[in-house]
Amino acid sequence: MATMTQTSTRTPAAQTYYGLSSGAWKNIGLAVLIVAACLLPFVVSNYRTFQFTLVLVNAIALLSINLLTGFNGQISLGHGAFYAIGAYTAAILITQFGVPYWVTLPIAGVICLVVGFLFGLPALRLEGLYLALATFALGVAMPQILKYKGIEDWTGGVQGISITKPTAPWGLKLNSDQWLYFVALFVTIIMFVIGWNLLRGRIGRAIVAIRDQPIAAEAMGINTAIYKSLTFGISAMYAGIAGALGGIAIQFVAPDSFAITLSLSFLFGSVIGGIFSLSGAIYGALFLQFIPHISEGISKAAPGAVFGVFLILFMFIMPAGVAGFLRLAGVRMRRRIANRMAQG
Amino acid sequence: MEAFFYQVLSGLATGGIYASLALALVMIYNATHLVNFAQGEMAMFSTYIAWTLINAGMPYWAAFFLTVAISFAGGVVIERVVIRPFERQDAVLAVVTVFIGLLLILNSVAGWIYEYTLKVFPSPFPETSYFGGMLNGHQLGLFGVTFVTLILVYLFFRFTPLGLAMRAAAQNPESSRLVGIRVSWMLALGWGLAGAIGAVAGMMIAPIVYLDPSMMTGVLNYGFAAALLGGISNPWGAVLGGFIVGVLENLMGDYVVGTELKLTVALVIIVGVLVLKPSGLFGKTLVTRV
Repeated sequence: MATMTQTSTRTPAAQTYYGLSSGAWKNIGLAVLIVAACLLPFVVSNYRTFQFTLVLVNAIALLSINLLTGFNGQISLGHGAFYAIGAYTAAILITQFGVPYWVTLPIAGVICLVVGFLFGLPALRLEGLYLALATFALGVAMPQILKYKGIEDWTGGVQGISITKPTAPWGLKLNSDQWLYFVALFVTIIMFVIGWNLLRGRIGRAIVAIRDQPIAAEAMGINTAIYKSLTFGISAMYAGIAGALGGIAIQFVAPDSFAITLSLSFLFGSVIGGIFSLSGAIYGALFLQFIPHISEGISKAAPGAVFGVFLILFMFIMPAGVAGFLRLAGVRMRRRIANRMAQG
Repeated sequence: MEAFFYQVLSGLATGGIYASLALALVMIYNATHLVNFAQGEMAMFSTYIAWTLINAGMPYWAAFFLTVAISFAGGVVIERVVIRPFERQDAVLAVVTVFIGLLLILNSVAGWIYEYTLKVFPSPFPETSYFGGMLNGHQLGLFGVTFVTLILVYLFFRFTPLGLAMRAAAQNPESSRLVGIRVSWMLALGWGLAGAIGAVAGMMIAPIVYLDPSMMTGVLNYGFAAALLGGISNPWGAVLGGFIVGVLENLMGDYVVGTELKLTVALVIIVGVLVLKPSGLFGKTLVTRV
C-alpha cells in the first residue's frame, strides 16, 4: 500500500505560475471543464448525449468504489447489488406510486445508505479479503433475489420494469436526452462536492487513517467500527443514486442487467481511472463507456478480455490509475515550468 | 421421507463438487493467505479443454487425465507469470484486482473460442440408478472421483517429501527457506495442484449444469461457502463444509426458500459464518500480534 499512497502528497501551493497560484489554475481548469460539459449536448448527437449521461452515472458509481476501496481500504466486489437496489427503488416508485423521477434519487440514496450500513455492520468483523468474499456472494446472488416470485408484483420478475423518459420542464427547449444529461450532470457535481468535502475534513482523515494504519487509528481514538460501516453505507448510497439515475436514463430495469459482471466492471473502472482519487472516477467512467464499444467490434467476448488484460497491466504499471499518472505528469510539468522561470 | 433421503443423497453428491472446489481454494489460501476468485473460471476453462479433447476423438479417461495435467501446468504458469510479481507485496487490493482480471480474461476467452451456447458434457459413468432410484450413475461416480481425489491429496501431503515441503513453505516461509526449500516454487506447485483439483471438479459438475462460460459462478459461490464453513485454513473442514453446503442447499431449496433463491443460501451461509464464527467450524483462530 505504501507505494500507492505516495501519490496523495501535494506540491506546495505557494509557488506561482505565470502570476497565478497552482490552486487558481486548478479552479480555472475546473470551470472550463464544467462549461465544456454544459455545452457538450448541443454539439454532439442525441445518442452521444445519452452515452455521456451514462458516463456521468458510471462516474457516481465509481466514486462509491473509490470512497470505499481507495480511501477506506474496504474491498467490495458486489456494489452492483446496491446499484440494482437504487435502480429498482426508482423504477418501483415511479411506476407504482407515481413519484416524480427526481424525488426518487434521494429516496434511493437513503434506502441504500441504510441497507449498506446494515450490511457494513457485520462487515466490520471482516478483514479485507473476507469482505470481498461476502460482497462477491452478494453480487452473485442479487439477480436471483430480484427474480424472486414473492416480490414479483413489485419488481416485475424476469421481465423487469419499463420507465418512461422524463421530459424537460418549464418549457425549456431541450429534448429529453439533453434534459436528462443536465440532470445527471447536476447530480454528479453535487455528489463530487459532497465526496470532496467529506474527504478533506476530519472524517476524511479518519477514513484514510483506517486504511493505512487501522491499529494506530484506533489508538488515536477513531471509532473504527462506526467509521467503517458508515463509509460502507455512504458508498452504498452513492451506488444507489447512480443506479436510480441509470435506471431512469436507460428507462428499463431487469434482474439480468445487474449480474456480478456489473460489480466487477465498477472495480475495473475505478482501478483504471485511479482508485485513490476522486477525479479518477471520471476517467474510469469514460473508459467503461467507450472501451467496450470499441472492442465489441472485434468480438462479443472481447470487452471482458480487454477489461481483464487492462486490470492486470494497470496493477503492474500504474496502480494509481490514469488519475495517478496525470498527477505525476502534472508535478513534473510544474517543476519544469518552475525551473524555466527560475532560469530566465 | 423418501424425498428427504433423495435430497440428502443428491446433496451429498453435489457436495462432493463443492468439497473439491473448496479444497482447491484452501490449497491456495494455505500457501498465500489469499482467496482465488478466478478458481471457478480456471475450472471452467479446464472443462472446455476436456470437451475439446473428447470431441477430437480421445477416449474419456485419457482426456480426463490429460486435462488434469494441462490444468496443473496452467496453474503453475499463471502463478509464475501473473501472481508472482505480487508475492512479496502485502496489498490485498492489488492481488484481488489481479484475480478479478484473471476471471474476466478466462471467462471472455472461453466465450470467444467456444461461444456462449450451452454444451453437453459427457459423463463416463453408466446411466443406471442405484439405491432404488435415489442416485444415478453419475452422482455415484462423482462421489467416487471426489473421494479418490481427496485421498490422493491427503496421501500426497502426508507421506511425500514434496508434500511436506509444501506444507512447511506455507506454514513458515522463512524457516523453510533456511532449510533449503524453494518457497516460491512451492507456491507455484500449490497453484498447479489447485488448478488440477479444480479441473476435476469442473469435469464432474459439467454433465449436471451443462458446459457454458459462466457455469462455475454459482458453484464457486458454494465453494466459498463450503471453505468458510469448514474453516478456510483446514482442508478436512473444507471438505466437510462442502458436503454440508451441498445437503443444505438441497434441503433449503426444497423445503424453505424454493429453488429460485438457492444462491442466496450461499450468501447467507457466507455472511452467517463470517459474523458468528469467522474461523469456521474447524479453522484456526488467527491471532495477530500488534
